[in-house]
Amino acid sequence: MTAALALGDDALVLSHRLGEWAGHAPVLEEEVALANIALDLLGQARVLLSLEGDEDELAYLREERAFRNVQLVEQPNGDFAHTIARQLYFSSYQELLYGQLASEGRSAFAPVAAKAVKEVAYHRDHAEHWTLRLGDGTPESNERMQRALDSLWRYTGELFEPVEALPVDWTALRDGWLTTVTDVVARATLTLPGGPQVGAWTAGAGRQGIHTEPFGRMLAEMQHLHRSHPGATW
Amino acid sequence: MTGTDWPLWEVFVRSRRGLSHTHAGSLHAPDAEMALRNARDLYTRRGEGVSIWVVPSTAITASSPDEKDPFFEPSADKPYRHPTFYDIPEGVQHL
Amino acid sequence: MTTTAPEAGALEAVFDAAVAADERIEPRDWMPDAYRAGLVRQIAQHAHSEIIGMQPEANWITRAPSLRRKAILMAKVQDEAGHGLYLYSAAETLGTSREEMLDKLHSGRQRYSSIFNYPTLTWADVGAIGWLVDGAAITNQVPLCRCSYGPYARAMIRVCKEESFHQRQGYELLLALSRGTEAQHAMAQDAVDRWWWPSLMMFGPPDDESAHSAQSMAWKIKRHSNDELRQRFVDICVPQARSLGLTLPDPDLRWNEERGHHDFGPIDWDEFHEVLRGNGPCNDQRLAQRRRAHKEGAWVREAAAAYAARHGEASA
Repeated sequence: MTAALALGDDALVLSHRLGEWAGHAPVLEEEVALANIALDLLGQARVLLSLEGDEDELAYLREERAFRNVQLVEQPNGDFAHTIARQLYFSSYQELLYGQLASEGRSAFAPVAAKAVKEVAYHRDHAEHWTLRLGDGTPESNERMQRALDSLWRYTGELFEPVEALPVDWTALRDGWLTTVTDVVARATLTLPGGPQVGAWTAGAGRQGIHTEPFGRMLAEMQHLHRSHPGATW
Repeated sequence: MTGTDWPLWEVFVRSRRGLSHTHAGSLHAPDAEMALRNARDLYTRRGEGVSIWVVPSTAITASSPDEKDPFFEPSADKPYRHPTFYDIPEGVQHL
Repeated sequence: MTTTAPEAGALEAVFDAAVAADERIEPRDWMPDAYRAGLVRQIAQHAHSEIIGMQPEANWITRAPSLRRKAILMAKVQDEAGHGLYLYSAAETLGTSREEMLDKLHSGRQRYSSIFNYPTLTWADVGAIGWLVDGAAITNQVPLCRCSYGPYARAMIRVCKEESFHQRQGYELLLALSRGTEAQHAMAQDAVDRWWWPSLMMFGPPDDESAHSAQSMAWKIKRHSNDELRQRFVDICVPQARSLGLTLPDPDLRWNEERGHHDFGPIDWDEFHEVLRGNGPCNDQRLAQRRRAHKEGAWVREAAAAYAARHGEASA
């Protein structure tokens, strides 16, 4: 697995999921906010995939098993609380990861990370603000937000599995992530989920090309038009 | 206001350093922090700003159009406040 | 402050003089009730159109055939949400609330542009919407930048500035298809065939049947008549279609030397009125999705309002 594919697929897949919100957001202001995040991520994905090859060939012509994104980002949007929980977990990770990569000047990823870390800091801020409002909002929103945090928790362990050739201190990344998330969850009057952060299946997860059932359907939708016209330009 | 009807905020954007904040428009947000973020997303999508103010619309006191005359007309007849009021001999510089 | 009859007459004279002098009317100025009501109706319909108009295009975000196209389309649909927000804000300066306008949209008491009741069946429809639908909208909207009501005119300046990329991306998309494979070319032609006539209907009924036109023109809410703008649009599109290598589906379309304009065939106004009445292919679907999004978002809006009420002092 190459690092560019792992990071690029993460960004591409999450961008796609956020794009599914268009026209469905709970309030118009959030249509704009979610699209901003999706566009930032798509921009990151295009730069990262281009390090590896042709962006469209990689996005549209690979089979499911060749995608290296973590399972967290492919999880369906669910209700707004699920989307925010996914954002909180993932953007907290991405901010720390890009932060480390940006400061490692010799890495090929330093330039893209330096630009992306600012975008991602805003994504985390957005997720944090909504986590606080949903957690400490109404009884219904609190319950929904807690359920979302709980159900996505089992996909968070994979985030800290070392990616080959990335100059990252994974232990520090994990500790930093846990501190950030614990703090936000506590201020939101929510409870940090217990239980395992990874599934019991030893075959592996997203980084090994093992994905969850909804991902195949997502890819089918994303790729079908491109694949229906082999060799065409758009 | 019903439970879900967020209050209105006026948005002022400084387009670049050295310029003052100017009114860009308004938006809805539940509180000031979210108003700032919504304003950032809505009014600076194309890099239009370097600083944003948000103010609850209800906090603005405006002069009334009916008061237009007493408010603004008296200043119209004081031309001596403008530099063009004064005749200066030709050739005098830096004045 | 109470307004007695003679005073109202004087106020109206001030208003009329301002409009006649091409000055802008601002929110706190006195204005005739019918002017206010007409503006609310028009701006709300315009805002609703932006919001409902997100749907047919968002339909293709998840299937966009290249990452470049996907980014462009997402940015465009996002702009439409932004334009809806500018316009709702402009309408709110007239004393109506967004909540009220959305209620009226959801209950069918305020309209949105009928064009969005047509489906996007292929990827080429995204291009046809950009070229023809946005093209027609821009033709309609540019004169509104000089509309007599200040907040509406200012919102439209922002909208028009941002929309200039919308039409170009549509044209470029169709051009790529038209010059692409045979299947792509056919897809582009099919989309233009389906969107051409509905786009012409976007300018509204012919001048002699338009209910609100005369008064709107007098108040400078509207600057040109429906037929005038429609003709301008046709004249612009004909050479553009030629450059695209696509044909416009109208056998009567030809240059009229004498008029200095293109003649074009009769518009099917029965279809227009039927779609307006709710019998278009997507009327129910569009409104249902809008209602559902609003309803399913209620708990989120309530949560944020509850949080703000509890933490008000800390954040204000």
